[in-house]
Amino acid sequence: MSLLTAWRTVRGTRRVSETLRQNPDAVAGPSEIVGSLQLRHVDAGSCNGCELEITSAFGPVYDTERFGARLVASPRHADGLIVTGPVTHNMVGPLRKTLEATPRPCVVIALGDCARDCGVFRGGYGVIGAVEDVIDVDVTIPGCPPDPTIIIQALRGLTRR
Amino acid sequence: MTSGILLACGSLVSLTGALGGAALPRPWRVPVSATLIATACVVESVAAIDVLATGQTANWHSSQVLPLTGASLALTPLGAIFVVLVALVAVPAAIYWIGYAPHGMSARPTAGSFAVFITGLLIVPAAASVATFMFLWEMMALTSLALVLTDQGRREAARSAGVWYGVITHVGAAFILAAFLILAAHSGGQSFTALESHARALAPGVRATIFLLALVGFGSKAGVVPFHVWLPKAHPEAPSPVSALMSGAMVALGVYGIVLFGDVLLGGGPVWWWLIVLTLGAVSALFGSLHAANSTDLKKLLAYSTTDNIGLVLLALGASGLFSATGHARLGALSLVAALVLLVNHAMFKGALFLAAGSVQVATGTRDLDELGGLLRRMPQTGALFLVAAASICAMPPLNGFVGEWLLFQSLLHGVNLGNTAGDIAIPVAVAALALTAGLTIVAFVKATGVGFLGRPRSPGAEVALEVPLSMRMSTGLLVTMCVVAGVAPMVILPAVERAVRAALPGVGSAPLVHGVRLQLVSVRGVLAPTVLAVSLVVAVAVVVFARRALARRRVVRVTEVWGCGRELVTARMQYTATSFAEPVQRVFDDVLRPVRDIDVSHVAESRYVIESMSYRSHVNDQIENALYLPVIRAIRRWGQFARRLQPGSVHRYLAYGLVALVVTLVVVAVLG
Amino acid sequence: MNTLLHTMGVAGASGLQVVLTGAGGLVLLGLMRKVRARLEGRVGAPILQPLRDVRKLMRKERLRPEFATWIFPLAPVILVATVGVAAVMTPLVTSRPALSSGADLFVVVYLLLLGSTIIALAGLDAGTAFGGMGSSRALTIGALAEPALLVTILALSISAHSSNFPVIIRATIVDPGVIISPARLFALAALLIVIVAECGRLPVDNPATHLELTMIHEAMILEYAGPDLALVTLGEAMRLALLLGVFVNLIVPWGIASSTSIAAIVLGMVVLCAKVATVACALSFAEVFMAKLRLFRLPELLAGAFVLALLGVVSGVVAK
Repeated sequence: MSLLTAWRTVRGTRRVSETLRQNPDAVAGPSEIVGSLQLRHVDAGSCNGCELEITSAFGPVYDTERFGARLVASPRHADGLIVTGPVTHNMVGPLRKTLEATPRPCVVIALGDCARDCGVFRGGYGVIGAVEDVIDVDVTIPGCPPDPTIIIQALRGLTRR
Repeated sequence: MTSGILLACGSLVSLTGALGGAALPRPWRVPVSATLIATACVVESVAAIDVLATGQTANWHSSQVLPLTGASLALTPLGAIFVVLVALVAVPAAIYWIGYAPHGMSARPTAGSFAVFITGLLIVPAAASVATFMFLWEMMALTSLALVLTDQGRREAARSAGVWYGVITHVGAAFILAAFLILAAHSGGQSFTALESHARALAPGVRATIFLLALVGFGSKAGVVPFHVWLPKAHPEAPSPVSALMSGAMVALGVYGIVLFGDVLLGGGPVWWWLIVLTLGAVSALFGSLHAANSTDLKKLLAYSTTDNIGLVLLALGASGLFSATGHARLGALSLVAALVLLVNHAMFKGALFLAAGSVQVATGTRDLDELGGLLRRMPQTGALFLVAAASICAMPPLNGFVGEWLLFQSLLHGVNLGNTAGDIAIPVAVAALALTAGLTIVAFVKATGVGFLGRPRSPGAEVALEVPLSMRMSTGLLVTMCVVAGVAPMVILPAVERAVRAALPGVGSAPLVHGVRLQLVSVRGVLAPTVLAVSLVVAVAVVVFARRALARRRVVRVTEVWGCGRELVTARMQYTATSFAEPVQRVFDDVLRPVRDIDVSHVAESRYVIESMSYRSHVNDQIENALYLPVIRAIRRWGQFARRLQPGSVHRYLAYGLVALVVTLVVVAVLG
Repeated sequence: MNTLLHTMGVAGASGLQVVLTGAGGLVLLGLMRKVRARLEGRVGAPILQPLRDVRKLMRKERLRPEFATWIFPLAPVILVATVGVAAVMTPLVTSRPALSSGADLFVVVYLLLLGSTIIALAGLDAGTAFGGMGSSRALTIGALAEPALLVTILALSISAHSSNFPVIIRATIVDPGVIISPARLFALAALLIVIVAECGRLPVDNPATHLELTMIHEAMILEYAGPDLALVTLGEAMRLALLLGVFVNLIVPWGIASSTSIAAIVLGMVVLCAKVATVACALSFAEVFMAKLRLFRLPELLAGAFVLALLGVVSGVVAK
């Protein structure tokens, strides 16, 4: 890419992140994660609608990273788990193992109506139950799917930023 | 004077050890023989250290020992360094033998040969006449051949290794003998002093022939490419203490021979000799480290790594000769110091690595890295010793390998820009070879340590491994301690090396190194402070550990399952193996290695579209063996097949041969006479 | 008394160098992420975020995989210790740091190599597939970058007749014309490529990737948690800061303190921060426009670096 093209690209890129002014209410969580929260996402059986909202929340428009939260690849690097979807038969063991692999103190966030109470999949043959039936949940974010602003509000409440 | 007598006494003691080994009953055989060997080594070292301290040559002559020619020994400081080097490896090897013997090394011929082998190794550097040298050289070669063949009754590979080793070592000996004979013929005497004094007056063509013959002969013993093919076959098949001696001490004597001819007997030579040595060194280093990185057999990895290290030594030797030939005597001396330091270091860490590998083989029953694993938890001391020795060979500060590499790098660095075109082209290439070798060596030894000792056991043999007897651990520990000491305080070996170099290169003058707490190069700018570096590293580690403990809120360490992405079952088969670890390197160097890949697919009887089983085999062959040696072997076989037609078994045909030969001879005599 | 003050000044300056590489390295990471974010139209995490991350990690639980040995907790310690010792002896803030007599470029390179080798070994310690994959790829890249690195050191040492780093810097200050000599320029181009390879930046490795199969350096540390992870993060940030500091001091050595007076040291610190920040921003700017190279294209990149270094040596020799 030539220098001129690079310069044009830089000049043409305006800030797309929305300004989110309201100070969120503090959410009860461990004190260690104030200011810095690394999250590992676990899909326990979701339809991927919540994943799209998470991607949007960490994308350029909503940019959760400016509040100190980040997605990481390994649960060992994480302070918390974002669990989406109702917990299916096959994902019970892996979900528990992921929680065990995360160092304490650890926050479990159940994101979406399915994670909260199985949502539209309640009673399905592949579904064991909601996330709180398998592991302890600290924060619940309702919605099907929850708007990125609501997700950010919950995360900002944890990081207090 | 007394040193000369000490030399002879030492060899007498070890020969008594050989006799004891061959004659005594089994419970006494190995301990007595080993003790006598160790005593002999100590005696010889005392003589050698005396020579190094005083700078005086120790002489001994007897006309009764070898008929017709007499045996004469003269230990110069250069030879003394090699005697000490051999002793440094031989004493731990002998101690190791005590614990190792029940695993296939307690038979009478083996016990006898071991002691005679060590005698040969100890005295070869002291030989002062052609006959003495060749006698001792052959003694060393034949006994080592017998030792390589120890297991030949049980393993086919040992027999094949013995054949390769025997043929190559004797062809090499023939080359050495030819070089000596040409030199002796022109000098009118066979003692080294006579050879030295007459060598300078020879024609350049004759000198070049002698040097090249000696280079081929001693190069094959040292394991220089392309004569190295016996090394990866013979070293793994020999019993472990023998491998340690062959890799640590015997290849060093190959280098001794090259220095003997190049610097002492012929007194230096033109630039092109040393460019050849440098090129051979660079190619050996690259080839050896590449194959070490791709080997999955632990001992074969170590054997190829020996070729790699000897390549570096030859690189230093070539640089030394190059600098001396172009008038930079001090720099040449520095390079020779680097070469000898690299050699001494190699003896220490390669000896330790082979002994530790032998312990692993005894404990698990296998040498294949793809079947080992988790040994650091089951054999903590052997594992830790292997780790430190591997760190030394990778030239990690503050261990001894680093000091040697630094010296080599400094001597190459200051050799650029001296107004010599050949040097200016060769030196950057040499530095590049040194660097790539260092990187590939790290791959090879992280593979060996990581796949072999860390992680989980990959086979039942590795799961039940137990720590080996104390004598085996202690001897390995002795060598590793030497590595650490030589790295943290190299000033214990440097004065001796400098004395040796001054003996080999008489035109040098004052020392190229000054030492107190630091190594400071005289005449070029370069300083290294190994002790300070070691101390600062230890302090830094202590500070970081203390800081982590103080700043961390939670002290308890929780043991968890390995993270396998939540998978229910994480088995030992899911780990990286040695083959997979080396796969990126293998792919990058595909053209040089040319791995052979075999994929076998078998279908279900009913349908071609359903696969029943698949097998994958991948093997890296030695391309030099394929390109240079196999054609020769095939040609010899074809010639052999042809020659069989001359021997059909018919007596009439043989009588006819005799008649024809007689008639032809008579005709020739009549025509010429 | 004078020598005591001088020794204290030297020790203080060297200690400052370590602190600067440590804390400054983390801030540098934050700065690079911020530049990247702004160029992408985002706001990005605050510049001091990595400091907060490390502080939080120190307060978390320590974990150990069940098949790991004592190498697992030791490796991050050795990483930080080796980079720390290298930071003490490299001329960053002052041109006469502690241990400067033995401060050979070769020593610094091998100290950093010790750190990365032990982390690669720890990657194999946990007994996972990802650890082995990361180690094998990282060591292959390291092996291919070594020739370029050592020939670069050769090229840099030709003009100063020594590979002692403070000597090279002082020679550059005395004779600034050597900076624009072809030898130095080629060597610095090769050094930049090697720094990118060693520190795992684009186009060699994407430090922000979440896909394990595309990881090289991060795959080795997937098992680390809590204080161990804090040390690894710190060590890698220190390595980046140190190497960038070496790079800038070879191009623009002015501002480096040559005496042990407080004013000179403070000026040296400020100037170093400015120089390294500029280079880091430029690097981050360039990274936005680059994609990660395929793993098996990397030998070509590193061979290119080697050829540049070789050209540096050749022009250094020819110029004399």
